[in-house]
Amino acid sequence: MTRSKEHNVGLMLAVFVVLYVFWLLMSACINPLNGHFSPVHIIAGIICAGIVTLLSHDLLITEEGEMTLAKTFRLIAYIPWELWQIFLANFDVAYRVLHPKMPIDPRIIEFDTTLRSDLALTTLANSITLTPGTITIDIDPGKGRFLVHAIAKKPADALLVDKTMINKVAYVYMEEA
Amino acid sequence: MFSIINIIATILIAGGAFFMVTGVLGLLRFPDFYTRLHATGKCDTLGEVLVIVGCMVYQGWSFITIKLFFLMFFIFLANPVGTHAIMKAAYLTGLKPWKKGEERR
Amino acid sequence: MIDVFLALGLLIAATILLSLYRAVLGPGVFNQVAAVNVIGTKVIVLLVAVGYIFDRPMFVDISLLYAILNFIATLVMSKYLERGEICSA
Repeated sequence: MTRSKEHNVGLMLAVFVVLYVFWLLMSACINPLNGHFSPVHIIAGIICAGIVTLLSHDLLITEEGEMTLAKTFRLIAYIPWELWQIFLANFDVAYRVLHPKMPIDPRIIEFDTTLRSDLALTTLANSITLTPGTITIDIDPGKGRFLVHAIAKKPADALLVDKTMINKVAYVYMEEA
Repeated sequence: MFSIINIIATILIAGGAFFMVTGVLGLLRFPDFYTRLHATGKCDTLGEVLVIVGCMVYQGWSFITIKLFFLMFFIFLANPVGTHAIMKAAYLTGLKPWKKGEERR
Repeated sequence: MIDVFLALGLLIAATILLSLYRAVLGPGVFNQVAAVNVIGTKVIVLLVAVGYIFDRPMFVDISLLYAILNFIATLVMSKYLERGEICSA
């Protein structure tokens, strides 16, 4: 990966700003609510954020894709649906736990997707883990192959046949489903 | 003391506590390792996030709310990843999943 | 409102005691690791509740640190059990 020096400096500056804002929020050293202001913490924050930026500036922001802004908006629009799915998942698991006969029938399923980028695969894996009745076991990033443990037949079919979630994630990251 | 804010916060915290108790009951009741992770991975995430959102509502606007928000964000990201890591380790070392009709273990 | 946090703390302590059963007796090491992870994530919320009970907001900082430590501990344990070593050269 070769980058021009100018770009590298801009990247380091962006990482420094992110880290420093995080420091200010965490240490609460400028607090307008009770008039608290401590210069020691502010200067210590500059030093610490600078050292961390010098050592590991290439870890926070690694890949630069195109249309990042549109993807971010689509991701934000995806989150409410995901939250609703998490609610459904919790009621599903609570029903299975509290039912006296425990209606579970576990199985392992495998399916392929056409997603390739790391971020899309991570989002889909976390979504599968949090939504009703399924947990990701393993991913093959080269083939986009997912190994999923499903707790019953119905959630497995929802993932294999309907493919609602896969299409939504592919739409967010603008890849073909 | 019984303002609207306190009532909303209490309802959120009670819901979170219910899901956390359900998660632990699932950890004790389900028949094998993989199904137990189904209970803990989902119920614990939503239960803790609900409790923390209740604390945020109770706290109002301050720096502690921002810290609680970061905590909530971190739990949302870290809990599924931790579940996934343990599950992958168990699967790759050859722990067989429980099938319907077998004895519990 | 302190009563609510007190009840929450007691409930979380009870659930930690229940999951201690799996952490000690659970068949196989993976059940134990999963139970330890569950206990760790519950302790995060317990710390927040304790902070509100004693009216010391800095407990939230401790629980943030504890969340990160618990996450790393889970990842390292599962990697060790998967490969038999933590860092592969």
